[in-house]
Amino acid sequence: MNAKATHTILLATSLMGLALSHGALAQDTVKIGSVLSVTGPSSFLGEPEDKTLKLYVDKINAAGGVAGKKIELVIYDDGGDANKARTFATRLIEDDEVIAMVGGTTTGSTMAMIPVFEDAKVPFISLAGAIEVIDPVRKFVFKTPHTDKMACEKIFEDLKKRNLTKIGMISGTDGFGASMRAQCVKVAPNYGMQILIDENYGPRDSDMTAQLTKIKNTAGVQAVVNPGFGQGPAIVTRNYAQLGMTNIPFYQSHGVASKSFIDLAGPAAEGVRLPAAALLVGDKLPESDPQKKVVTEYRQAYEGATKQPVSTFGGHAYDGLFILVEAMKRANSTDPQKIRDEIEKTKGFVGTGGIVNMSATDHLGLDLSAFRMLEIKGGDWNLVASGS
Amino acid sequence: MRALVNQRFVTLAILAVVIAVLPLAFPSSYYFRVASLVWVSALAAIGLNILMGQAGQVSLGHAAFFGIGAYAVAIGPTHLGIPPWAALLFGALLSGVLAYLVGRPILRLKGHYLAIATLGLGVLVALVITTESRWTGGPDGMPVERLTLFGWRVSGSYTWYWVTGGLLLIGTWIALNLDETPTGRAFRALHDSEVAAQVVGVDVARFKLQAFVIAAIYASLAGSALAFMNGFINPDQAGFLHSVELVTIVVLGGLGSVVGSIVGAAVLVTLPQALTVFQEYEHLLLGLIIIVAMIFMRNGIVPSLSNLLLRRARS
Repeated sequence: MNAKATHTILLATSLMGLALSHGALAQDTVKIGSVLSVTGPSSFLGEPEDKTLKLYVDKINAAGGVAGKKIELVIYDDGGDANKARTFATRLIEDDEVIAMVGGTTTGSTMAMIPVFEDAKVPFISLAGAIEVIDPVRKFVFKTPHTDKMACEKIFEDLKKRNLTKIGMISGTDGFGASMRAQCVKVAPNYGMQILIDENYGPRDSDMTAQLTKIKNTAGVQAVVNPGFGQGPAIVTRNYAQLGMTNIPFYQSHGVASKSFIDLAGPAAEGVRLPAAALLVGDKLPESDPQKKVVTEYRQAYEGATKQPVSTFGGHAYDGLFILVEAMKRANSTDPQKIRDEIEKTKGFVGTGGIVNMSATDHLGLDLSAFRMLEIKGGDWNLVASGS
Repeated sequence: MRALVNQRFVTLAILAVVIAVLPLAFPSSYYFRVASLVWVSALAAIGLNILMGQAGQVSLGHAAFFGIGAYAVAIGPTHLGIPPWAALLFGALLSGVLAYLVGRPILRLKGHYLAIATLGLGVLVALVITTESRWTGGPDGMPVERLTLFGWRVSGSYTWYWVTGGLLLIGTWIALNLDETPTGRAFRALHDSEVAAQVVGVDVARFKLQAFVIAAIYASLAGSALAFMNGFINPDQAGFLHSVELVTIVVLGGLGSVVGSIVGAAVLVTLPQALTVFQEYEHLLLGLIIIVAMIFMRNGIVPSLSNLLLRRARS
């Protein structure tokens, strides 16, 4: 190979690197950033988040924007890759100069992006599930989805009411399943729960009868809990019915709280209980419920615009966006520091995930009442009346 | 021989100038970050290119060594109290030893069989990293302590730009030199025909193993650098898709061309960033560009273009 030619190419490519486009910043807009996993294995989370943010930012702008300024939404797709998410986070901060961020679909990508926002002192409202995001509390990091710890507590609370204390667990080894399993094991003693058997499965496994048979043959198991998301829990649920275990109460997590779970698991899902946000049962909530108005409106707006069934994941993005917008209104400023202070002061915010009361020590602001215990009956979600 | 020395020197000098001059045109530290990612990917790809381009062996599990390097600097300081710089060396050593032990049996395989064996190695390492959550933090990954050298805390996109740029220069220098040593010539003999190489007295097994170990150490160092730079690591970096990405960089840039690996890395890292303006069509376009590049530049970007320039110059 001719060395001279090689050198020319080396120079040419380096010039190409400089050609990355560079947008101008208009005066009467503020930029809000978002890094979401719109494609890739977590797209079922990221896609509704993406659609929700776009839908509502358009609505807010049509209504005149926030404090006289229009919002410009900058969304990047990390494809579920934490390293890419990190690069896009840097880009949002350095290049787009966003004043705040609502995004971070998975716990992995959120954790990778946190240092960028902490260093830049820009508020970051995460849409990821695990408790590590807000525990320990980081000054600029908030989140809207319920934690996996709360899901465990809600399940154990329900079990206790039914006088069931000896349980079996089967969890996915993916990030969500592993993290929730650890939290359940941690809080189990607080509710007097005894975990008799603890099984797991890989996120892409297609049959879990072996693990379930082991649970079935363990004497004294009164209920089974399945922390996991994606298609794994649907397969577990089907296998559960195939093995004739439906006489043992079966609990799923909030990770399967979308219509596709019922579709995938089919009739086997009958009688399965799970903690989930009020959004899924919006039409079944009593009129007196404070969340009734918010969840029905969001559902109508989302389903009207996208023609797809609503999921709680998009709801998390809705909550994040409006917590931010209201904080911006209160701060009446585009200074990230002031907006952060106002986000932390969020009190009585009614979102799709629950009623949010944040504080300096709680950057989530939800309590157990944010979760509703649901039971699948007749191929649909139903509220479990308290005490049953 | 003299001409060769000069050529290598010129390549290296141009690379050094490019690394030194690029920052003048960078408007923000985001560009430093992207450039650092290019240098890191290029470093791993140069190593893999020694194995694939020079010695003609395939590895579809190379991200395993990248992951070992990355997790060594994450686990060492956090769980074992090893200083970060020592963990980096330890990771490189571990990768080298693993490559040596695993390479001995699997490098006897050829073609598809070798590809599958390395693929298996990659999947295994990724699996261990994902499931041993007590050590590795599981699928959500774990934080990495910042690198400190003689009391100097290495952090920030600017600093890492220079550190990774320096590493790339050293890596390039070694790879360019290697090409002209007896070992490098033996590698190329292997690449062209294993039988012929054996006939002229090249110890085939030994040189294959050497190339594999060198490639593993390159990947491990690149992995460590990325982990330090991000302050965070997750199993994706050791996963199959990352292995494929590394192979793509090598093939796209040009098999056997050191500069090709750098150009390949630059294209594959910056293109997704530049294509974000097309939103939904980003992946479609990325795939299309790679397909078109491979159809029209079958030998990879750098060898194809330099042949073209050469022909133009002659006519």
